Amino acid sequence: MITIQNISKSFENKQVLNEVSTVFEPGKTNLIIGRSGSGKTVLLKSIVGLHEVDSGEIYYDDRNFTKMNHKLRKQLRQEMGMVFQGGALFDSFSVEENVRFPLDMFTNQSLKEKQKRVDFCLDRVNIEKAHKLFPAEISGGMQKRVAIARAIAMNPKYLFCDEPNSGLDPETSLVIDELVHELTLDFNMTTVINTHDMNSVMEIGDKILFISEGVKTWEGTKEEILQAENQKLQEFVFANKTYRQIRDVKIEKNS
Amino acid sequence: MNFFYHIGRYFSLLARAFSRPEKHRIYLRKLLVEIEQLGLNSVGIVVIISLFMGGIITLQVAYNMSNPLFPKYLIGLGNRDTLILEFSSTIMGLIMAGKIGSNITSEIGSMRVTEQIDSLEIMGINSASYLIMPKTLAVVFIFPFLFVLSVFFGLIGGLIVGPSVGAVTAPDYINGIQYLFTPYYVTFSMIKSLFFGFLVATVPAYFGYFVEGGAFEVGAASTRAVVNTNILILVFDLILTQLLF
Repeated sequence: MITIQNISKSFENKQVLNEVSTVFEPGKTNLIIGRSGSGKTVLLKSIVGLHEVDSGEIYYDDRNFTKMNHKLRKQLRQEMGMVFQGGALFDSFSVEENVRFPLDMFTNQSLKEKQKRVDFCLDRVNIEKAHKLFPAEISGGMQKRVAIARAIAMNPKYLFCDEPNSGLDPETSLVIDELVHELTLDFNMTTVINTHDMNSVMEIGDKILFISEGVKTWEGTKEEILQAENQKLQEFVFANKTYRQIRDVKIEKNS
Repeated sequence: MNFFYHIGRYFSLLARAFSRPEKHRIYLRKLLVEIEQLGLNSVGIVVIISLFMGGIITLQVAYNMSNPLFPKYLIGLGNRDTLILEFSSTIMGLIMAGKIGSNITSEIGSMRVTEQIDSLEIMGINSASYLIMPKTLAVVFIFPFLFVLSVFFGLIGGLIVGPSVGAVTAPDYINGIQYLFTPYYVTFSMIKSLFFGFLVATVPAYFGYFVEGGAFEVGAASTRAVVNTNILILVFDLILTQLLF
């Protein structure tokens, strides 16, 4: 479980996050949604410590991340996996070297054991016959899946995904969403996903946090989001014609 | 103020880069890869430039010593001392700042803008140490060898060009490169090349590590890195010459 208490962050006098608080529960896919520039990525990067917060506290279970020293943070980070927007695979490593990298760095397993784990992770994300290829030689969707395989290689308790569907076609996006959701349930991870894709929200949004101009504006579930009365959230959700039609049909039914 | 900000951030990056590695075996393997990529792959250009420069210096010395009272072996001596004292350490450092330095900035800068550095940090890896330490050790290790190689091929260049255009005879030239040899000159230039190697690796690494933006900014950072490394090499050349002589 990740607990965020009143975190604020600013860059050069520009307030990007303002007193954001929430709880991300294990075994659930927690989504942070909002418009571009609303502060989603800064929130996610603050949670994992890539940005230092100005005020507020972040707890991983009962461990206060904001008060940890560098050494303790390094230890905690071995319990985290993160999938970046562009995949962030290491260009000079092959697919399997990318997945094996955290195992090489932090375990004393034999090469055979590491290879077994690499094969398991790549198999779990449905990557076949691409073990020896380099990131530049595989598609964007495959890169995202390899990034997920690398993120789960160390069996993390916390999984973070920054815009995992950006640049992917709707079908591949669905595959990625389902994969992350399945992994979250299988390994009981606390998963936090940053997205502005409403399809993802409706598919896998166990818990949704809506951020607008750095402020937590709404939180709830995918079942509640279409009925939410918050004006800014409605503008975000119903920007898509399909969702406007769904809303209109519901209104007609109710009347 | 901006200058001091960069100095402070540079040294704080160095402190992180030279902290204890996560796994020595991985770093050692990376060091060997970097020695090959940054060092051995530079041998070709060092040989070519040194051959030409040795030949050119020999001709310049010969054509500026038209007085018949000057013995011809001084041409070889002039070429040797120019190569040892300045060319093979300082000028080679400037050239390597362009080749190795821009390579380091663009590699680390690309990793920064594609979030690969963030990815290392999230795994709990000290990205500064993992990326910068092996490169720095590799360049510092290889620079004295490149210096020796440069002197050798510079002398060979003089030996080929000087006699072939009739500027000096081969025996005179060989006599000159052995005449009044001061071993300390080699020690002095070795020390300089160690400093220059450190600058050629760490200054571009600094510019790459803190780049923000995209491909355009990485290109701009590479240019800034090479310019700043060149200036620092010249400043340190001046300081070390004053201190060590």
